[in-house]
Amino acid sequence: MPAALEIHEGALGFGGRALWSALDLTVEPGEFLAVLGANGSGKTSLLRAILGQQDLDSGTIEVGGRPVRRGDRRIGYIPQQRLVAPGTPLRGRDLVTLGVNGHRFGLPVMSAADRERVDAAITAVGASDYAEQPMGSLSGGEQQRLRVAQATASDPLLLLADEPLTSLDLAHQRGVAELIDRQRHEKETAVVFVTHDVNPVLGMVDRVLYLAQGRFTVGTPEEVLRSEVLSALYGTSVEVLHRDGRVFVAGATDVGHH
Amino acid sequence: MIFDFSDYGELLVLVQASVYAGAVLGIVGGLIGVFVMQRDMAFAVHGISELSFAGAAAALLLGANVVLGSVFGSLIAAAIIGLLGARARDRNSIIGVLMPFGLGLGILFLALYPGRSGNKFGLLTGQIVSVDFPQLGLLIGISIAVLVVLLVIWRPLTFDSLDPDVAAARGVPSRTLSLTFMLLLGLTIAVSVQVIGALLVLALLVTPAAAALRLSSSPILVPVLSMVFGFVSAVGGILIAIGSSLPISPFITTISFAIYLVCRVVGMRRVPVRKVESWR
Repeated sequence: MPAALEIHEGALGFGGRALWSALDLTVEPGEFLAVLGANGSGKTSLLRAILGQQDLDSGTIEVGGRPVRRGDRRIGYIPQQRLVAPGTPLRGRDLVTLGVNGHRFGLPVMSAADRERVDAAITAVGASDYAEQPMGSLSGGEQQRLRVAQATASDPLLLLADEPLTSLDLAHQRGVAELIDRQRHEKETAVVFVTHDVNPVLGMVDRVLYLAQGRFTVGTPEEVLRSEVLSALYGTSVEVLHRDGRVFVAGATDVGHH
Repeated sequence: MIFDFSDYGELLVLVQASVYAGAVLGIVGGLIGVFVMQRDMAFAVHGISELSFAGAAAALLLGANVVLGSVFGSLIAAAIIGLLGARARDRNSIIGVLMPFGLGLGILFLALYPGRSGNKFGLLTGQIVSVDFPQLGLLIGISIAVLVVLLVIWRPLTFDSLDPDVAAARGVPSRTLSLTFMLLLGLTIAVSVQVIGALLVLALLVTPAAAALRLSSSPILVPVLSMVFGFVSAVGGILIAIGSSLPISPFITTISFAIYLVCRVVGMRRVPVRKVESWR
């Protein structure tokens, strides 16, 4: 089985500044990779590159053994959370349905197979009770569960999530993170999870990609989230504190951790 | 006397084709209105209709086909707005600039036009009964073409309208779709200008969908209701107008507005919106 994601010698800059370069990264099926780093360190750009929406300055990206291209439907995507405005004519079920057949042209008639897929995805995220409600009337946590259902309904090989837990309370952060974790265990979906706070997923991630100062470091959380490793990455004194099973990074001015 | 239904039957035969054109337009306008609302383009509809009016007025002045002139003006406006106004803020300023220019051009052409004044006002406030038969065929043909294309792109267009980030990730061709939509919108507006007049196009392209949205969020019910509302407004307006000495437009706009009011009231009594728990 080819790697879910393989980046070779990847480099990407923005306005003359290197976001990252010489990035070699392989994500295997079923692996959970967290992408950490301050704002502007190129986390979202990395996702855009994997989605084929942004060309690398150099290097290659392969998804499931094939060169990256725009609109690869083997990728599931949870965008940076924007709450759906109240009054938007879209129910929870409709959002999930769009993830299954929204790209298809032709008479908008839904097949029984698609309907089953949508039902199964909604059940899997525990959203059956409110899937018929307009999205705009749902809480952030409920909307995000439906987004997970939308992104996973077509059994992607790679799931990209861009800050999926932002603005959720702790219980919902936990719940949504567990849904994503379960998807990769049950369906072997590889997960690339961009976040500014690793704590809600700390017990789940296999490896961390930490981007900072145009450089990066990759490894298990134990290997990467250490004072000397991040100090070397940032080029300045950074302290990593472990308290009650949570990690705090302090000292670097541009570190976005709370 | 404003109303006189004594020769109604004979009149109805004379304007039969107009009723058909109104019916098809009501349906198409109701359908495309759903996307006008989803993509927040009510203002664009108004802007395009003024350039469509200018095109029709130019055609009138030059002795060309008025429907084609209207289509021409519409498509130019739709293309400009579609190409330059991808973002809502840009779009609104472009429309704000185009609209008075279009209206001014149209008024200029009408002022220069030596013919009957009835035709002049018709373009602004509706004139379908005075549209002759081959042109009515053209209106109906355009409407049906719009309807077919709209149904074919229905799903991706909905995806792109309501969830653009994920739609792009799933390979929905956003740019092509939005330009296609502008083209369809331009064509529908050109037809509406002939039926209801440039100033009142919103009554068929926005009001029915807005009314339907007060009643439902269902992706099936909203377009169906919107079509029904558009159909009732257009056909009802024409049928009443036949028995009166007044133009068609006020009847269409009033029916359409009344439907909206009723939907608002009924919508308020709809299943109370579930208590929204704080999302922090």
